[in-house]
Amino acid sequence: MLTIHHFLIISAALFSIGIFGLLTRRNAVVVLMSIELILNAASLNFIVLGKFVTPGLVTGKIFAIFIIAIAAAEAAVAMAIIVGIFKYRRTVDVEKITDLKW
Amino acid sequence: MGAGIETNSNLGWFLENAWLIPLLPFLAFLISGIFLQRFKNAAAAVSIAAVVSSALIALGMAWQFYAGDFSEPLIPLRWQFLRFSAGLTAEMGVMLDRISVMLATVVAVVSSLIHIYSIGYMHGDKGYARFFACMSLFTFSMLGLVFATNIFQIYVFWELVGVSSFLLIGFYYYKPSAVAASKKAFIVTRFADLGFLLGVLIVSYFTGTFDFVKLQSEASLQVLNNVTLFGMPMISIAAVLIYTGAAGKSAMFPLHIWLPDAMEGPTPVSALIHAATMVVAGVYLVARLFGLFVASEGGLTVVMYIGTFTCLFAALIALTQNDIKRVLAFSTLSQLGYMMLALGVSSAENTLGFTASMFHMTTHAFFKSLLFLCAGSVIHAVHTNDVWQMGGLRKKMPLTHLTFLIATLAIAGVPPLAGFFSKDEILAAALEGGHGFVFAVALLVAGLTAFYMFRIYFLTFWGEPKACDKERFDAAHESPPVMTLPLLILALLSVVAGFIPFADNVYYGSPLEHHGVNWAIAVPATIMALAGIAAAFALYSRRGDRPAKIAKSLGGVYTLVKNKFYVDEVYLFVTKKIIFNCISRPAAWFDRHVVDGSMNLIGRVTVASGRLFRKTMDGKVQSYALTVTGGFLLLLLMLWHYTKVLGG
Repeated sequence: MLTIHHFLIISAALFSIGIFGLLTRRNAVVVLMSIELILNAASLNFIVLGKFVTPGLVTGKIFAIFIIAIAAAEAAVAMAIIVGIFKYRRTVDVEKITDLKW
Repeated sequence: MGAGIETNSNLGWFLENAWLIPLLPFLAFLISGIFLQRFKNAAAAVSIAAVVSSALIALGMAWQFYAGDFSEPLIPLRWQFLRFSAGLTAEMGVMLDRISVMLATVVAVVSSLIHIYSIGYMHGDKGYARFFACMSLFTFSMLGLVFATNIFQIYVFWELVGVSSFLLIGFYYYKPSAVAASKKAFIVTRFADLGFLLGVLIVSYFTGTFDFVKLQSEASLQVLNNVTLFGMPMISIAAVLIYTGAAGKSAMFPLHIWLPDAMEGPTPVSALIHAATMVVAGVYLVARLFGLFVASEGGLTVVMYIGTFTCLFAALIALTQNDIKRVLAFSTLSQLGYMMLALGVSSAENTLGFTASMFHMTTHAFFKSLLFLCAGSVIHAVHTNDVWQMGGLRKKMPLTHLTFLIATLAIAGVPPLAGFFSKDEILAAALEGGHGFVFAVALLVAGLTAFYMFRIYFLTFWGEPKACDKERFDAAHESPPVMTLPLLILALLSVVAGFIPFADNVYYGSPLEHHGVNWAIAVPATIMALAGIAAAFALYSRRGDRPAKIAKSLGGVYTLVKNKFYVDEVYLFVTKKIIFNCISRPAAWFDRHVVDGSMNLIGRVTVASGRLFRKTMDGKVQSYALTVTGGFLLLLLMLWHYTKVLGG
């Protein structure tokens, strides 16, 4: 029998993997993918908590749909920026893109 | 009439509208000072019209006042100016009493004559319009001072007089000596005004009023007398402090150093400010607060001794000076000493000195302004101030010569000219007050006065012109009528002013019983004056080396006197060597190193920490993300910890 704990553990694992990827990957595209993982962990939490804690309400599901929509928009914008940076810099290494400092 | 203005409207026209007298010059100052600086003739016309109208109103006022015989001071206008608390308000107003009407008339008349004279003297000067604006401002300040109803108003106008004299002494602001002189005058009198301010504060604090009449009522004086500080009654302290201010303005020793230097201004300014009006402000202040001085123990004694000393001291210096305006400046000091000592020798019972002082103030205003204007006329003609460079001007400038001679005779105290009568009264007051020593000094100074005045008279107008200045002498000519007319009017006043029945009209308390010329005093005084004139004639009517020989035989004494007893040098020593080194320098060091240092330290620490912390902004997205994540984890930990502690 699957309980709420199983889902929350999976969600926490997804979140941690996402944070790890966000902090360690150098490729901007991979960093973006890690952010998607974090967002997915969040949507999973919404759905799970909605199902197990407030079974009568659809709020959690609606939030999940919102997050998917926003994540899609965000991915489109972010990819466009990354492509734009690549055109000028010939690189998508976040360690090397350090113009905005001091 | 706006709120807070009270007027009194059942007197004569001139008395009701006496407030116009100071107001007109003020309006003239605003109009010519702000709008007419580019139109010099219009500026002069506005100023002169205003001051002459003031003088005419003042004459009408004097006529109505003295004919009316008012026993109480009249206040035709009072206006609430500042309100400090329910009980203490400062007013501006016009107070007419026996001395203010007299001095206001003198100031307005002399000022209007000097304004007219200035048309000729200042002709062609590039500051022509500015000159008239400043002169109007000065006339306004002085009249406001004279008409003051309370000690606060007199202080305000006192400072205004100081400012306008600063502007006028420094009129030739492109000359370093004029700048130095104006600064010196301002700083010395400001320094003295500190005492005056303290006196005002003491008096108003204990009596709760500024008003001259209430201030000098029995009750107020009693209150002041009952408070003591270091065993001295407060009234004496207040009197001496107020006298400090008066001594600064009236250039009493040792605050006299600014007056001779103030001759750097144009000659009409010297005539107006430093002979006839401004310097008598100090004498007037003492007379205004005479009730306070009489009631205070020792107040009048200080006034008397300082007056007597200044009288003699300045006369001695005047003997040796060669600049015609400087001789007149020192003679002014000496005559102011006379006025002060006359106030000093009087007492509650014997108020002859009070009348004598006011009398001498009036006559002196006429003949001293005349002397300065004549000197201006001479300087205008020969373009030098040095009496040794002049000579033989008698024939070249007959009108100037005649009027100068009249003024010189008047100041020397030769009967029947004005100075004779007023000086006689001062001497009589000194003798009647039982101050034999003061009388002796005053008598001696009368002789010295005659001597030094005739010395410059003979040197300027008699003898032969100096050979080297032949060209300049030939170019000299009589001044235009616009300059000689005021001279003639003032000469007339110098002759007749002595016959004004002062004893019946200007007095403190009750009228004096009629006091004619006291021949027992007049005869020795006249003999002294004639002796002085004879000595001057013997030494200076012909050019010779006798004066030089006498100077040589006196040796060090002569040098000492000629250098004005080195008082200026003492001041310089005290300020430069002692005050600069012991107070200013440590203060500057403290300011530079401690005050500025702590400010600089705060700035440097901020800059350094900024330089350090900005390294964290390295532009790498991931280090920012790490900081955010770390901070978030830290917050979670704290939250977890505290919920556990607080019993979650």
